[in-house]
Amino acid sequence: MENLVELTGIRKSFGGVHALQGVDFALRAGEVHALLGENGAGKSTLMRVLGGEHVPEAGTVKVAGEEPHFRSPSDALSKGIAIIHQEMALATDLTVAENIFLSEIPSVISWKDLNRRAAELIDSLGFTIKPGAVVGDLSVAHQQVVEIAKALSRHARVMVFDEPTAVLSVQDAERLHGIIRTLRARGVGVIYISHRLDEVFQISDRITVMKDGASVATVDRSDVEVDDVIRMMVGRSLKALFGEDVARTPGDEVLRVESLSDGGRIRGVSLTVRAGEIVGLGGLVGAGRTEFVRLVFGAERAHSGRVFIRGKERTIRSPGDAVKAGIGLVPENRKEQGLVLDFPIRVNATMAKLSPLVNRFGFVRRARERMAVEVLAKRLRLKAGSLNDPASSLSGGNQQKVVLAKWFHAGGDILIFDEPTRGVDVGAKTEIYSLIKSLAAEGRAVLVISSEHLELFGLCDRIHVMREGEITGVLGPEDYTEEKLLKLAMVSPAASPETLVVN
Amino acid sequence: MSDLAETARPSLNLSQIMQRYGTIAILVALVIVAASMSDVFLTERNILNVLRQVSGSSLMAIGMLFVILSRGIDLSVGSVAALGSVLSAILLQQYGAGLSIPATLLAGGACGLVSGGLIAFLKLPPFVTTLAMMTVARGLSLIISAGQPIVMGDSGAAIVAFGSGSIAGVPYPVILMVVVFLIAGTVLMFTRYGRLVKAIGSNVEAVRLSGIPVAWYTMSVYVISGVLAAASGIVSSSRTGVGSANIGVGAELDAIAAVVIGGASLMGGRGGAFNTFIGVMVLGIIANMMNLARVPGYHQQVFMGCIIVGAMLLQYASTWLRR
Repeated sequence: MENLVELTGIRKSFGGVHALQGVDFALRAGEVHALLGENGAGKSTLMRVLGGEHVPEAGTVKVAGEEPHFRSPSDALSKGIAIIHQEMALATDLTVAENIFLSEIPSVISWKDLNRRAAELIDSLGFTIKPGAVVGDLSVAHQQVVEIAKALSRHARVMVFDEPTAVLSVQDAERLHGIIRTLRARGVGVIYISHRLDEVFQISDRITVMKDGASVATVDRSDVEVDDVIRMMVGRSLKALFGEDVARTPGDEVLRVESLSDGGRIRGVSLTVRAGEIVGLGGLVGAGRTEFVRLVFGAERAHSGRVFIRGKERTIRSPGDAVKAGIGLVPENRKEQGLVLDFPIRVNATMAKLSPLVNRFGFVRRARERMAVEVLAKRLRLKAGSLNDPASSLSGGNQQKVVLAKWFHAGGDILIFDEPTRGVDVGAKTEIYSLIKSLAAEGRAVLVISSEHLELFGLCDRIHVMREGEITGVLGPEDYTEEKLLKLAMVSPAASPETLVVN
Repeated sequence: MSDLAETARPSLNLSQIMQRYGTIAILVALVIVAASMSDVFLTERNILNVLRQVSGSSLMAIGMLFVILSRGIDLSVGSVAALGSVLSAILLQQYGAGLSIPATLLAGGACGLVSGGLIAFLKLPPFVTTLAMMTVARGLSLIISAGQPIVMGDSGAAIVAFGSGSIAGVPYPVILMVVVFLIAGTVLMFTRYGRLVKAIGSNVEAVRLSGIPVAWYTMSVYVISGVLAAASGIVSSSRTGVGSANIGVGAELDAIAAVVIGGASLMGGRGGAFNTFIGVMVLGIIANMMNLARVPGYHQQVFMGCIIVGAMLLQYASTWLRR
């Protein structure tokens, strides 16, 4: 069969980090081709190369046998390549029809004509959306339909879906899959990126697995099982991925949160974590997990609810209060929230607790500080040229270790991890898992947010699942399946006759 | 100069060299040009003259440095200096120097406390907030002085002695300037306070999520700036013997220019006291050169602007080279 798109030997690096190191990928007309890989494997970068946002340093991009030179996303679009972004790229203040025809709106607009054409396109996808509606008022699912219609209006022959169902209810996800099947029947080539393996196995014809910026293999879906794909993705068996197991005995209750609310999105969340326990927070993106832990940590003010540390109620109004109460937060966005990137590793590592390293005139005792950080670096197996190098010079995994070092140094006994291994390579991942386990084994209480289900299953003693700012259920190890987790994470079809949106 | 400077590796590339030594290079180049243009320039008398002239405004530049390091801006320093000048002169007549000086510094600090509090706790934008303080402080000094210069007379003898006196030929205001620069440099390089102010300028959210009460630190830099601006006003009236509500017009721009020529980033987190001193000297020498060359006053302003842009281009060339 003819290839719609052929990527060969694509290389791309960003300031010394090799994001793509010789990737091959081909897409046929009329197939759904799943692209799998962990966060940071290079899927999104590869799609940005295809979509003309990045120019590769080496390798060729062929579209329908030709080798066009993409300079921009609009170049790619004119060759029939459309990317349906995870974060919608729509103008929310414009109408549906305006968005669909944004790039080709004539200087004299016939609204009637434009709206009719928009309605036709949307109808052909099996949906009914008013072409005159303002996009910002639509549900996320409908916005996605508008994006697809927009791509179709440009006669896209290749469509890339990047985690399209991450923000959709089960119902809407199924309707989206219906659209994708329609597109396939029309001969459109679909590239489908998703973390949900069950979904991928339902819809795709072929699967390409990426790992550490390279393509591992391309296989027919019918030839493989879920386990095979996982092994290809992480490059080692699941057991080895999560590091060595340390014996842990849960002790006394350390953290108890009682019906914490922020007066808006977080609606009465309660949970407890005991010493030596690792508790997971599962759910979809936008379920309110990050918002919840930020409330616990005082990064945002809680509206109501109580927090008990070792049985004593504590008032936490600011991160400073939280740190004093012994809580540490390894935030979701390491570069913006976790580190002062331009500053030395040493300074970042001691930031949360400088007082023992400062004399009474406020001078930092450099020698003492250096010693403290050297000990931490050794314990965390931090790979750095010098502790005076800026944190920005480190790889993702080592940057995360610096954030960890900060909380080791602060010495609290409650640690909250928000997506601890995002953008971290597999080797460092295993090290971080081992560290999290050893932290718990030393008697700390650990709370982990992750959108990678495998990570939660491999790490946690139990998983609280959140949906729309509430905890909808708790899973014990015997219940660790993607299906059970997603059932709790998504709006159940029975409860929502209308199209509901989980965001 | 700063914590960051330590991180530089043994082999420096061109852009790093420019970044570290660009400011000094500009100063050296200026000295060479000035010396070749005028025989008088390198005389002891003229150099002391330059130092004396910058001694007042340099105090504002140091305060501005702290504010800019925290990723803020303080447009009120010129007006607060005028307030300091007027207030110190009036208080002097009634209560003497022992009370007048501390009270004036306190008033400057209070101005900083108000704008800093609004910026740090109510999250108002620094630009607009200090712009408002700029007109308020200027207005207050005009009200207090009734728009008239306040001659200190006999009661100001001690202050005037400070303004015109010297030890071993070095004027007191110059000594004050050097001492304040040394203290600022030490604070920025070696103390927790300096480190956190710079870290806040570089990434306030990461510092906040480390449990640091960032609002207090943010407010404090405006207090420092206010105190130093008031001090600058006192130095100014000590040199003339007159308290005036009209000094320091546009001085905030000179202070910002000095800090930025000194390689500090307006995006916060980067800069140091030594480089700011060089920045102050660059501006002082340019003004002195033009005086020696008898460039008329209005023309001087135009030249000054052009030279500042040139100095900035040199600074930014280092950023471009990195790309």
